[in-house]
Amino acid sequence: MTAEKKTVSIYVMGKQSEVPYGVTIMKAMEYAGYRFIRGCGCRGGFCGACGTVYRKPGNFRLKVGLACATMVEDGMHLTQIPFYPANKAVYNLEALEPTLGTLLKYYPEITRCLGCNQCTRICPQELPVMNYIATAQRGDIEATAHQSFDCIMCGLCASRCPAEIVQYNVGILARRLYGRHIAPRAKHLAERVDEIRAGKFDAELDRLMQMSKEELQKLYNARDIEQ
Amino acid sequence: MYTPEMLRLIEVVEQTREKRLQETFPRLTAEEKTNLLRSYHPDYMEGAMRPLKIGPNAGEKLPHAYVDLFESRSMIDADGLSLDDIAYDVDVLVIGGGGAGTAAALLAAEEGADVLLVTKLRHGDANTMMAEGGIQAADKENDSPALHYLDAMGGGGFYNIPELVRALVNDAPLCIQWLESLGCMFSKYPDGTMNTIHGGGTSRKRMHFAHDYTGAEIMRTLRDEARNRGIKVVEFSPAVELIKDERGQCAGAVLYNLETEQFLVARAKTVIIATGGSGRLHINDSPTTNHYGATADGLVIAYRAGAKLIYLDATQFHPTGVAFPEQIVGQLVTEKVRGLGAQLVNIDGEQFIYPLETRDAVSSAIIRECRERQKGIPVPSGYGVWLDSPMIEIIHGKGTIEKELPAMFRQYIRFGINMAEQPILVYPTLHYQNGGILINEFAETQVPNLYVAGEASGGVHGRNRLMGNSLLDIIVFGRRAGKNAAQKAKTVQLGKLTLEHVRRYNEELAKQGLGQRVAPILLPDYRGKISG
Ligand SMILES: Cc1cc2nc3c(=O)[nH]c(=O)nc-3n(C[C@H](O)[C@H](O)[C@H](O)COP(=O)(O)OP(=O)(O)OC[C@H]3O[C@@H](n4cnc5c(N)ncnc54)[C@H](O)[C@@H]3O)c2cc1C
Ligand code: SF4
Ligand code: SF4
Ligand code: FES
Repeated sequence: MTAEKKTVSIYVMGKQSEVPYGVTIMKAMEYAGYRFIRGCGCRGGFCGACGTVYRKPGNFRLKVGLACATMVEDGMHLTQIPFYPANKAVYNLEALEPTLGTLLKYYPEITRCLGCNQCTRICPQELPVMNYIATAQRGDIEATAHQSFDCIMCGLCASRCPAEIVQYNVGILARRLYGRHIAPRAKHLAERVDEIRAGKFDAELDRLMQMSKEELQKLYNARDIEQ
Repeated sequence: MYTPEMLRLIEVVEQTREKRLQETFPRLTAEEKTNLLRSYHPDYMEGAMRPLKIGPNAGEKLPHAYVDLFESRSMIDADGLSLDDIAYDVDVLVIGGGGAGTAAALLAAEEGADVLLVTKLRHGDANTMMAEGGIQAADKENDSPALHYLDAMGGGGFYNIPELVRALVNDAPLCIQWLESLGCMFSKYPDGTMNTIHGGGTSRKRMHFAHDYTGAEIMRTLRDEARNRGIKVVEFSPAVELIKDERGQCAGAVLYNLETEQFLVARAKTVIIATGGSGRLHINDSPTTNHYGATADGLVIAYRAGAKLIYLDATQFHPTGVAFPEQIVGQLVTEKVRGLGAQLVNIDGEQFIYPLETRDAVSSAIIRECRERQKGIPVPSGYGVWLDSPMIEIIHGKGTIEKELPAMFRQYIRFGINMAEQPILVYPTLHYQNGGILINEFAETQVPNLYVAGEASGGVHGRNRLMGNSLLDIIVFGRRAGKNAAQKAKTVQLGKLTLEHVRRYNEELAKQGLGQRVAPILLPDYRGKISG
């Protein structure tokens, strides 16, 4: 099943390169001789280091994608946006209340959202970005937390926002407020922590630590496995 | 998008699915497992290793890629570089901005230390960010740290260092609680009970997760907290050598600004290495799941400074790396896919291994199925076997994959494959550095005032780490390293700075006719190639 050996032309910041068809922008740029310092992190769609904007000939639309997860296309003109200056509020999470007031105190600009939907259109994770800003405006922290959960903080939304909102920083504030102050604490976890602090398991662990490999192996092979 | 031939083969998998849903493949006996590993695990392959000629571990056999690094000379001219020009002067220097480094920095700051975190890429561009599956902790009623201890030991082949495993399992619930208090959004039931599942080699369901963005959720939370606490971070400035003082204490590092190409001196009373793993060395020419910066830098500089290595010859291949489509070959298919019930299936639609054996065993079984039994499915890069992901939707209900595995689902959908309806093709991929720099339970090395935490360290996981114990390791030992290094810094008196150890290492290399290459390599070089 030999795939057809085709190449395509891409233009990295205006410079033309002939690269194999069917590879990601990241691998194509490397093939063309680039060695990344910025613009490359996880190489797998998790870190948001590789936000890329591009246009195709004869199309006015500005397109966007992660260089590590977007395939090259013939005629693509591209540049990476590996960094975008962002406003990040500094707070003491413990002392905050999970309210609209808190969101507005740190990111008052969310009220400036024009509803232009640029952010949602551009998000490479296809998140409902405008929506999670709308829920934030209403103080619905839980909804903002869940809707923004898959955000990889690539910064592309903020680069397009006419209201100068840094959506992903609003998202993480909402998520941390939710995780710390709204989601109920795990009771079994707190109890286990108390038990450990009280030394409940120390003797058993001491005993295991003294065991020979053979003794441990026996115990291991005989252990029952939760279904 | 699958080829027509692959689509035809998928029909075979569909035909046996109903029957397989009722079927549990028998687990390996201890003896079968040993034989399987001996015959098929890449660690045992002829010619994959050679003895190291220099340093504290001289004489030990390691994969060529590591030996090449340790037998390389320094990037810097140890006589020419002035150590008087000090760019940063702090109590605690943390090298590496992944999970272990960030946890260490937070704890050191909490102890009142003046902390500097330096990192090679951006803060958070790290293997931690990529972890999907989960983090272990024995915090349910039917579980205990002792059971966790036993699982970790058995998984590691009983080679793990007992004191380290004890620290790991004992601190686990404390660490999960710490993360919870920082606002990490673990997947929970409405009453707050943690949603936990099995991972390979666990005897209890103790894998905590945050959908399949567990590592990302931990990493971005810790990073946000570090920013809130005002911890100083310098990005794109990897450490390329440790600095000692005349008394032999570790006393800082030489940094290299990747953008301006300048060397900078950072002096510190204590130093923590948290530089992560080494997948980008492509041991055995294998593709890898690791991030761009996983090049074993920390091992190289610590080794030159006299730290000892342990179990670096044990490399973890993740059984389920992407085998198709080509664009994402080698990337991870999280173990959670098997945890949720997907089976591994050959070209005839048959199971050939219990899906949740330890990783070394599952990897070996896949290699055997493809190489010896010729029951793999041909893909452009070689072979793969099916991972029958649609079973998850049958077992747990429609929509489960998109809800529980959004990152995975998205990764495939981008290339025209719907893993909720079609099985996916997988093959083992280079995933984790089981060994590393030897530490004790205080995260100390044998070099005074040098600490190590996370994937760069060795001993915690023996020769094979279980899924979910690494995210745990980085928090447990990151915290321990940060706290201990900060406390120690209070009493440290530094003498005159020196790179004498580097000079001597270079001399020794020259004497043996080694040192043609330069290390650390900092970043892989894929120019003119299509990388794995
Ligand atoms: C795809 C994937 C999935 C995984 N899934 C799981 C899972 O589900 N559960 C689990 O427990 N574990 C998992 N692991 C393993 C786990 O994520 C890692 O072992 C762990 O996160 C390592 O953390 P760390 O802080 O030690 O290293 P990293 O997170 O890799 O951080 C190291 C940092 O050091 C920096 N650095 C490197 N060299 C230098 C230098 N010379 N100077 C300065 N900085 C430097 C790097 O750029 C990086 O930022 C997974 C790993 C991968 C790759
Ligand atoms: S919400 Fe913004 S920062 Fe987050 S992934 Fe989408 S575009 Fe990137
Ligand atoms: S881009 Fe800015 S202004 Fe437009 S919808 Fe998004 S947040 Fe609102
Ligand atoms: S390199 Fe991390 S998202 Fe692309």
